[in-house]
Amino acid sequence: MKHHFSVAVGPTGFRIGAAWRAPIAALEQLYAAYPKPEEGLADFTVRLEPQTRLRLWLRPSVAINGDFMLPDALPLPLAQGVLAAEMGMNLQMAMGQRHFLLLHASSVERDGKALILTGESGSGKSTLSALLGERGWRFMGDEFALIDPVSGLAYPFPRPISLKNEAIAVMTDALPADRFGPLLPGTPKGDIRHMIPAFSAIAAMSVPARPALILFPRFGYAADVRDMGGSEVFVRLTQASTNYVALGERGFDALSNLVTQVPARAIDYPDTENAVALVEKLWAEYT
Amino acid sequence: MGRIYVKDARLLSAVLAQPTRAAALNPQGWAALLTIAQAERLLGSLAHRLTGITVPPSAKRVLDGARLSAETGRTQALWEAEMARRALAPLNCPVILLKGTAFVAAGLSAGQGRQIGDLDILVPRDQLDAVETALRSAGWEWVKPDPYDDAYYRTYMHELPPLIHRDRDTMIDVHHTILPLTARITPDAAALIADAVRLENGLYTLSPEDMLVHAVAHLFADGDLSGGLRNLWDMDQLIRDHSSTEGYWGRLQTRSARHGMTKHMSRALRLCHHLFETPVAADLAGTARRGDIFYRGRLLARNGWGQQTQALLRFAFYVRSHWIRMPPLMLARHLWAKGRRS
Amino acid sequence: MRRDVEALYAADPRTGFRICPLDSLTAYYHRRSGVTHVVADPVPQILTALHGTPLSLEALLAHLVAADGLIITEDSKAALAERLEELCTIGLVLRI
Repeated sequence: MKHHFSVAVGPTGFRIGAAWRAPIAALEQLYAAYPKPEEGLADFTVRLEPQTRLRLWLRPSVAINGDFMLPDALPLPLAQGVLAAEMGMNLQMAMGQRHFLLLHASSVERDGKALILTGESGSGKSTLSALLGERGWRFMGDEFALIDPVSGLAYPFPRPISLKNEAIAVMTDALPADRFGPLLPGTPKGDIRHMIPAFSAIAAMSVPARPALILFPRFGYAADVRDMGGSEVFVRLTQASTNYVALGERGFDALSNLVTQVPARAIDYPDTENAVALVEKLWAEYT
Repeated sequence: MGRIYVKDARLLSAVLAQPTRAAALNPQGWAALLTIAQAERLLGSLAHRLTGITVPPSAKRVLDGARLSAETGRTQALWEAEMARRALAPLNCPVILLKGTAFVAAGLSAGQGRQIGDLDILVPRDQLDAVETALRSAGWEWVKPDPYDDAYYRTYMHELPPLIHRDRDTMIDVHHTILPLTARITPDAAALIADAVRLENGLYTLSPEDMLVHAVAHLFADGDLSGGLRNLWDMDQLIRDHSSTEGYWGRLQTRSARHGMTKHMSRALRLCHHLFETPVAADLAGTARRGDIFYRGRLLARNGWGQQTQALLRFAFYVRSHWIRMPPLMLARHLWAKGRRS
Repeated sequence: MRRDVEALYAADPRTGFRICPLDSLTAYYHRRSGVTHVVADPVPQILTALHGTPLSLEALLAHLVAADGLIITEDSKAALAERLEELCTIGLVLRI
């Protein structure tokens, strides 16, 4: 394709081709600190292309294609091309990754041990992991936690964090401007601004950690901690996984080991400061 | 190594035919090969072909992933067949597995690494109502309650409207012959069923020769030739599995004639031989015809980014595929109905 | 479909499953289908009884009483028949 860009995020390489220069330029900036895929060969290809020739110039809109595609994925305006690339990369991971059990979760690491935060969008797991990543934890990812079925270790997928709506101000107030991409207003998910993880988190993106605690956060409630039965954890993690079924027996092994060996709690929190305090308290208790 | 410019899927067909050719690839060549294979739904087959050949670690990771996917797909396909078998067992009618599921159920090379979609079965036409009732009482439901589609399927097509299982979310296509009733070629469905081969579990596959005839019918008449490369690869593998059996080519010739597909068989054999170096009987393949080059162009229309190329040629084949299946007036009606709804 | 009293029920052998007890529920990975089922009592007991040994409804009921201390009530048989029907629908048990 006319414009292209390659990047490695954690254990996976991506090749992104585009019919326009702008999204590629934005990716180059956002991923400046990231390495290239091993041997220059990507695991997945993403294509950002016009739906028809005409749409290359006329009200250009970006269709997200690639190795794996959704037949009903709506195109995005060209100004949100970098978001299209990110969605394309997520889609390849969700549908194509066969070497790890993928949990729709954010994760952070301390002392070689991983904390996994999983929940619906709006649970605040993304913001929470971004914040913890600036407060003594290593940021491992805000979208996918990758569980190796053989070793049970969690591998990082530390792509830039997509902050949404109110979360944007929380982080831009705390960090210098060069840690952020441009503001993307009015996307299908509201306002989005990408935050580049700490350099040390990117540098350690191939270093795994042993899962030590799984939390299911819920934002907007009075602070609370709730015990969870093994079956509830099991079922909620299968729902949080994009490839549990596709992995077959290896998926079952990875998940049943995780559920039987790692403590899990549901937490409610009214604001991020409360959440950080809760996380620290539980971490001290269970690790 | 120099920059490899990949303008079509010839790279894929060449490596499938002779896997050691992959040794010459640089990273761009590998990227193109893997992307094209994925786009043509042949990545699992490619992974299987490249087993035992040294490949770069990152290519190996992609290929290993494709092997694992194919393994899961195989389990799921065989389970769907088993669930259909259980649902239809009380009817005591032959249930013939078609396409990918048949290949894995019979342990054929064509099934190795193959991506398998829906479950396709062939049953005798006079059993169609009973089959439909049995499947519906075992949890399969109509996909689209659209009356136009339903009437269209029932009147003109060679299958029931697709059914989806309400719990497993999997689709089954129940055929009573292998081409639409409107097609000018009319395969002999009774002969397909009479010569079917019984598997250990009581399900059936088509005879080796009919399997190839079905692959040809599927390639030329069932769609616009997109995904045709995989069809041809199925054919290559079926031929390599079966052609050493005594009298294979003679039987194939008889069967092709019986189903009215002699010319199509010849062209498919020529394409197979050209793209995959398949050993074919020269008298059946016949001599090259002018149209072959357009077919090859259409089959290989895919660049190193996985994009389809040659839009004009593709459109010509799309119209042509409907032309084959339907008399002209009906075609106008069909395209109009499709257009009106989209 | 045969629904007479002579019908036998069978399940895949023990090696056809991966089993993970969770709490009051148990996760079963069914190798042949690739499907995971999270099941409650008495499904694990039923499957244990049927692994590789086809049994009639009567024989299974007797087995559950003897091996698992199931207490028979007047609708035990109907309830067990219902569970077996559900297990047949999802393919964990086969009626032969």
